[in-house]
Amino acid sequence: MSETGVIHDIGYQRYEGPRLGRGAAVLALYVHGLRASFGFGRSAKAKIFPWMVAGIMLLVAVILAAVRSQTGQTIFTYVQFDDQMAWLIIFFVAILGPELMSRDIGSNTLPLYFSRPLRAADYVAAKFAAMVTAVWLLLGVPQLIMFLGAAFTTDDGAKGVWNEFLDLAPGWGYSLLWALLFSSIGLLVASLTGKRAFAAGGIVAIFLLTTPIVVVLSVLPSSAANHMAGLASPMSLIAGVGQWLSNEPESMSGLDLGRFGPIYGIEAVCLIAACLLLLLARYRKVAAL
Amino acid sequence: MTIIATEALTKTYGGGVTALADLTVSVDAGVIGLVGANGAGKSTFIKIMLGLIAPSSGSVRVFDLDPVVQTDQVRARVGYMPENDCLPQDVSAAEFVTHLGRMSGLPRTAARERASEALRHVGLYEERYRQIGGYSTGMKQRVKLAQALVHDPDLLLLDEPTNGLDPAGRDAMLALIHRIGTEFGISVVVCSHLLGEVERICDSLIAIEGGRLLRADRISSMTEASDVLAVEVSEGTDELAAALSERGMAVTRDGRMLLVPLDSDAAYDQILRAVSDLDLSLHRLDQRRHRVAELFTTKETADV
Repeated sequence: MSETGVIHDIGYQRYEGPRLGRGAAVLALYVHGLRASFGFGRSAKAKIFPWMVAGIMLLVAVILAAVRSQTGQTIFTYVQFDDQMAWLIIFFVAILGPELMSRDIGSNTLPLYFSRPLRAADYVAAKFAAMVTAVWLLLGVPQLIMFLGAAFTTDDGAKGVWNEFLDLAPGWGYSLLWALLFSSIGLLVASLTGKRAFAAGGIVAIFLLTTPIVVVLSVLPSSAANHMAGLASPMSLIAGVGQWLSNEPESMSGLDLGRFGPIYGIEAVCLIAACLLLLLARYRKVAAL
Repeated sequence: MTIIATEALTKTYGGGVTALADLTVSVDAGVIGLVGANGAGKSTFIKIMLGLIAPSSGSVRVFDLDPVVQTDQVRARVGYMPENDCLPQDVSAAEFVTHLGRMSGLPRTAARERASEALRHVGLYEERYRQIGGYSTGMKQRVKLAQALVHDPDLLLLDEPTNGLDPAGRDAMLALIHRIGTEFGISVVVCSHLLGEVERICDSLIAIEGGRLLRADRISSMTEASDVLAVEVSEGTDELAAALSERGMAVTRDGRMLLVPLDSDAAYDQILRAVSDLDLSLHRLDQRRHRVAELFTTKETADV
């Protein structure tokens, strides 16, 4: 290559500094993944989609906060905000999953990771944590803006702020549930292919194709089928878990859980666990290549 | 110092494919050539040394550590350069090597410094800030080598480092590997199916075929007392052969060349005298070492 850059060659220097262990590598991979989620350290092109989605959500949150502070009217609660933003979350997950998983598969980088102290479980854990954090931030920050808007215009002083915070906390928890479930599904689908477009399409397809099943089940002439219709799609599953946990019999999503609430909770937990185990199994195999 | 020692190392994959069979070698520090045809078990051997797969039976020690049990310690001291393309297109080499340095456990600033050092040592300067997607094959190979060097390992495992390079690129890569082995004080295992390529830069050689050890030794002991002179004349090769035989030299014919064992320096004079006596025009007279290949004639045919 070019020899022009050589001014003087001080020779090879051995590295005597500290070597951090696996934990530091996992943490670095987590931070790297979280930055990559929002296109930091990537080209401008990689920033377009994540920031478009984030921008829309922030804008909606600002409008909601403004409306509430001006008119005192609550259009969406914190929990309803997540439900209403469902399609944007799916879009975000469909960008993120391929960015975090398919990219390393497509460019064949995995042998470079797994010839280092990193293990399959470390890799999966770091990527999953990064994606959960990114999705949660996507929802949590707009919720925080809504909270700030409400908190600054409250008439009840500190008590009003506290009450508002008691509304926000379950909203954040609900966002975490979205983040956990959608990240595990998104990462699993993305880990199956090295082609980003296929992975993104696959993720959207899973959410898109399961929605009609919910509709069909909910009009069947069986009350058990109606109550359990929501189980068929990840989106209505989360809404169902949210309803069950908050003890609301009916909500805007139009789901009627009946007494099947706990089943929604069990399925959500099992689905997340199953996705993560499958991911782990897949990467165990890749790591041994 | 022995860096790699195996004891009856055997690896059988599911389905009964034997990749390595009863391999017992012990290698000293230096540049080590690992030669064998495709499918001879070179890559399997490397993966076992990295602790990526466990041997079916037998044992392996790298720096007197067991890669299966002490995986982290082994991997901290070993750098691996895979055979295939393994670089993302849309990041710069500097960023990518820094990232992998951190994956090896280097702190942030150290990783950045070591990355630019490693890239400089492999000969990438200003180019390192450009995206890898725009690199030539030669540059990509250098980035792959740099990522193996970034955490300052004591041993490099290079799987076919000259793959896909043109002759000039091959020479440059081999020179670089030789430099790493001699000047940097890092031992290197170079995998190749081209014996002629690695024998030039290696201190010792491990030849495997079908998972079995053909031979493992230092290059110097393989090529000992095997220096020959190659003589080539424009015409009259047969006459020259006869004339040299008369002078008591064991001449062998190799195509248009005559090979004469170099017993003493007097052999040069004798050949020159014979050529001038016959009034032939001499094209070439050079000393060449027996190529190690000649020690593995069966292996060479397997290569083709």
